[in-house]
Amino acid sequence: MATTITMPQLGETVTEGTVAQWLKKVGDTVEKYEPFLEVSTDKVNAEVPAPVTGVIKEVLVKEGDTVPIGTAIAVIEEVGAATGTAPAAQAPSTPESMAASANEEPVPGFNIPQLPTKPAAASSGNGHARTGNGVIPSSYGAPGGLDTAGAEDALRKASPAVRKLARENNLDIRAIRGTGTNGRVTADDVLTAAAMGPAAAVGQAIATGTNFGATPPPAFAPAAPPSAPPASGTSTYGEPIPGTVIPLTQARRIIAERMVESKHTAPHAWSMVSIDVTNVWKWRAREKDRFERETGYKLTLLPFFIRAVVESISAFPLMNAKFTAEGIYVNKDVNIGVAIGLPTNLVVPVIKNADKLSIKGLAIAAGELIDKARRNKLGVDDLAGGTFTVNNNGANGSWASAPIINGGQAGIVTMETVEKKLLVRDDDSFAPCYVMNSCLSLDHRVVDGYVASGFLADLKKRLEKMGPDGAL
Amino acid sequence: MAVTAGSKVLNNVEAVRETLYEAMKSDDRTIILGEDVGARGNVFLITKDFINEFGPERVIDTPIAEASIVGIAVGMAMEGLRPIAEIQFADFIYPAFNQIVGEAAKTRYRSNGEYTCPLVIRTPYGGGVRGALSHSVSIEALFYHVPGLKIVAPAFPADVKGLLNAAIDDPDPVLFLEHKKTYRLIKGEVPEGHYTIPIGKANVIKEGRQLTVVSYGLYVHWALEAANQLENEGMSVEVIDLRSIRPMDRTTILNSVEKTRKLLIIHEDNKFGGIGAEISAMVAEEALFSLDAPIRRLAAPDVPAMGYAEPLEHEYMSSPAQMADAMRELVKF
Repeated sequence: MATTITMPQLGETVTEGTVAQWLKKVGDTVEKYEPFLEVSTDKVNAEVPAPVTGVIKEVLVKEGDTVPIGTAIAVIEEVGAATGTAPAAQAPSTPESMAASANEEPVPGFNIPQLPTKPAAASSGNGHARTGNGVIPSSYGAPGGLDTAGAEDALRKASPAVRKLARENNLDIRAIRGTGTNGRVTADDVLTAAAMGPAAAVGQAIATGTNFGATPPPAFAPAAPPSAPPASGTSTYGEPIPGTVIPLTQARRIIAERMVESKHTAPHAWSMVSIDVTNVWKWRAREKDRFERETGYKLTLLPFFIRAVVESISAFPLMNAKFTAEGIYVNKDVNIGVAIGLPTNLVVPVIKNADKLSIKGLAIAAGELIDKARRNKLGVDDLAGGTFTVNNNGANGSWASAPIINGGQAGIVTMETVEKKLLVRDDDSFAPCYVMNSCLSLDHRVVDGYVASGFLADLKKRLEKMGPDGAL
Repeated sequence: MAVTAGSKVLNNVEAVRETLYEAMKSDDRTIILGEDVGARGNVFLITKDFINEFGPERVIDTPIAEASIVGIAVGMAMEGLRPIAEIQFADFIYPAFNQIVGEAAKTRYRSNGEYTCPLVIRTPYGGGVRGALSHSVSIEALFYHVPGLKIVAPAFPADVKGLLNAAIDDPDPVLFLEHKKTYRLIKGEVPEGHYTIPIGKANVIKEGRQLTVVSYGLYVHWALEAANQLENEGMSVEVIDLRSIRPMDRTTILNSVEKTRKLLIIHEDNKFGGIGAEISAMVAEEALFSLDAPIRRLAAPDVPAMGYAEPLEHEYMSSPAQMADAMRELVKF
């Protein structure tokens, strides 16, 4: 039987994909779940696993061609319904594992409820699996044995929360690495996959500088040191123990890959300006209580800064471009990524069409995204489509930083700490002022210092002219 | 213990005593009646000397006849007094079942609102004190099925006072449950003067993000101890003190479960048909798609009573270590 393979949808907002590379040729045999082509979109590169075992009969799309999702791209002639190659590691089913024996002699006639004890032997199954019809980014899931029984088991045991979150984020549960008991996919695993995995996230999740020290939300407050260190010589990101290895989470692995990729492919150049934000500071101080009362969100300096950034971008559209093999692509939309440091990773949700929003609109949009990020509720679309990034790096007193550019963008600009200083004006008068540094990393393939310094000077001028009053 | 201005440190017995005393002082309609509440001053000395100050007409020693205690109190309440009836031990409340369920709970409905029954029934309940069959029982599940009754079971002295004041002020009957093991074990700051804590409002006594634990009474303290132990192991558990059993604070429970996605209910009463069953059903109905693990209940086994022998008492009750084990399994699930 011949199975026609179509271009998969890599993320909710993706409409087309490019065949980056055929990993198999016509006539090659392919195992079910074995990656057989690589697809790229503007958001991800992903290997597509074969949905069936068989022989590649036809390849319908050439490497480098871009086709809409759903377009037939290959035909595989099926050769029987072979399953995966790894030994089927059947995790004990939940009900069985819960039917632990009572540790006291049961009283005849009385049912003594007991808490379930741990299953005697943990399953050796890999607990995660690849999917036939979903798409798995190349870095996703561990290499090695594929376990269809495990995959179906993961699906069968998925909790209501996992099912709902997977549906909302357009993820296939069978393709998610489970970290729960016996490799169960937990709700947190789905959220991690959504924030870091298939789509945008991969490119967008990874911003920037060294913002990991941002104050964690209270729910993530680090716990006291554990009374007994883990036996296996590992520890966790939240509680690092000297002399141990912290296993790489999916998020950490992707952050690492993307950081290296950006630093290696985009030649970073750096510049900094000092900005007198006294008037903006006063404006904000006057509006902040009312704003918080009316909207429920805190009014920080961030929306004022983003407003100035988008105005400067409209004056310097090259700062909103990206380097591609065909040339410098100048983005139509101005979508500003905002780097948010969480205790164990970094996310960069995106304010879409930020140039169309007022300061108030930006404050609400940023407030919503920050709130979602802290509650682990960011969806794929929240993370997709950024064209330029702002990193509010000054919360902990940083005075200058050299951020890493978000892949596929021309630059990233930081807000450093606001300090009160005596400034001497042109007329030799001096006054106490609020001063903030702003640092820019730029992709030197896209723009040169001439444009970048013009952009920074423009940004400085705009911020210094903002306030001390007006409509938000 | 550093004491905040305007508060003092009391144990749960002292909190009940102070609240009753202030109620007797501030309102002549307040009547206390029950076995040994007068001359003996209550078996835990809660009303010691009350009879000398307020007299035998307001502090009434009754015969050993619970149906009469509650029946008389219902009549007093309907006719404008503010009776606080005491059932010496919750284990003795059964003879008054008809008066509580058939009369007090239905007064407002039966009279189409013409009469109300502003009655408080106080009673010590619960085990862990080697009280054996007739001094250890939990009775809340027998009554929480009944519309028209309110049931509160505070764990902390400040809640005891605030909720007892709210119960006394309430126009309808309130069953006020005092866990006897907490009586002198649990101390805490109690604000001076009259204040109330709304009936039907739970209290998040520890915030966490990986598991919600709901309990009430003595077990709140043990659940908190277990949750703090888990905190040291790097797990984040939220603990909710229900405080009121009926009406139940659905909002606080649902908000918490929507955050943590996992729920453990711990109570001393039997598991089958207990308070945990209602909470489980409510969460399953309202928040199924937030759940990332089966709801779990840690509660007493289906045996008729808490035994006298120490091993039997231990077997019946859940220890902080067992609570911690249950929490660990759910967090890791």
